[in-house]
Amino acid sequence: MTSGKASLAAAVLLALLAVTAAAAAAPLGDAAPGVAIYERCQACHSLERNRTGPKHCGLLGRPAGGVAGFSYSAALRDSGIVWSKESLERFLEAPLTAVPGTRMGYAGVKDPQERADLIAFLAAAAPCKD
Amino acid sequence: MTDTTVLLPRRSFFAAAGRTTLSAGAVMLLAGCGTRQAAMAADPSADANILNSALGAEQEAIAAYQVGAESGLLSQPVLDLAVQFQGHHKEHADVLAKIVRDLGGQAVEPLASYDFPTDQLKSEADVLRFAAGLEKGAVSAYLGAVPLFAERELAKAAASILGDEAMHWAVLRCALGENPVPVAFVS
Repeated sequence: MTSGKASLAAAVLLALLAVTAAAAAAPLGDAAPGVAIYERCQACHSLERNRTGPKHCGLLGRPAGGVAGFSYSAALRDSGIVWSKESLERFLEAPLTAVPGTRMGYAGVKDPQERADLIAFLAAAAPCKD
Repeated sequence: MTDTTVLLPRRSFFAAAGRTTLSAGAVMLLAGCGTRQAAMAADPSADANILNSALGAEQEAIAAYQVGAESGLLSQPVLDLAVQFQGHHKEHADVLAKIVRDLGGQAVEPLASYDFPTDQLKSEADVLRFAAGLEKGAVSAYLGAVPLFAERELAKAAASILGDEAMHWAVLRCALGENPVPVAFVS
C-alpha cells in the first residue's frame, strides 16, 4: 500500500470510528418512555401552556427564546440556539453549562438514553394549537 | 411497603399526614436564615438564580392550590389538606424569596395570572391528579437543583423542601387510591 492510500485508509477508518462513537454517544430515543421522563419537567413546563418555563409544543426548529409572550433570560434569548435534537442533547445534559445564565436551575438529564427518550417525546409532541 | 397504608381510612391517613410535615422554623434553620450563611455562598448570583426558579414554581403551586380550593370540587378532609399544602408552599416561597434577597438578588414576583387547565378539572379526582402532577414535578425540580448550589446549606434547605413536596405527592396519590410510594427512588 502506498503512503497516499494508507493515509486515505486511515482517514476513512477514523471517520468510521467517529461516526460509531457519535452513534454510541447519542442513543436512539423512544417517545414512549420519554413520557415519564417529561414528568420531571412538569414542575415548570407543559406542552401547551407557558408556566414558570415556556411551553414545549413545536419546540424542535424553534429559536431559543422564541415563544411569544414568555419572559426569557437574556442568556437564552441571545444564545443563538435553534432547538434541534443535537442542541437539545447538549442543553439537557447540563443546562447551566450549555447556556450560563439561563434561569433553568436544573442539573440536567444525565443519562444519555433518558435524554434521547425525552427528546424523542418532545419531537413527537403535537404542534401548538395557537 | 405493604398495602396497609393505602387501606387506611382516608380521614385518619390525612390526620397522620398532617402531623409529619416540616415546620417553617425547621426550614428557616436549615436555610441559614437569620445568619449570614446564605450571603457567604461561593457564587451567590448563581445560587439566587436557581432559587428564583424554585420560587417561581412555588408561587405557581400556591395559585394552583387556590384554584383547587375555590373549585367547589374538594370535599372534607381533602379541602383542608389542600389548604394546608398551600400553606407549606407559601412558607417555602417566603423562605426562598428571603434567601434570594439575602444573596443580593431580586426575588421573582408571582405572575399576574396563571394559565391552568381549569377546563379539565371536573371532579375531585381531577383536582387531586392535577395537584399530584405539580408535586411530582416539584420533587424532580428540587432534585435537579440540589447538586447545583455552591452553598451547601442551600442544598440542604432545598432537600428539606424536596422531602415536603414528596410527602404531598404521596398523600395526594393515596387520596386518589393509588400506591402512595410507587418507587424506591425519585427522579
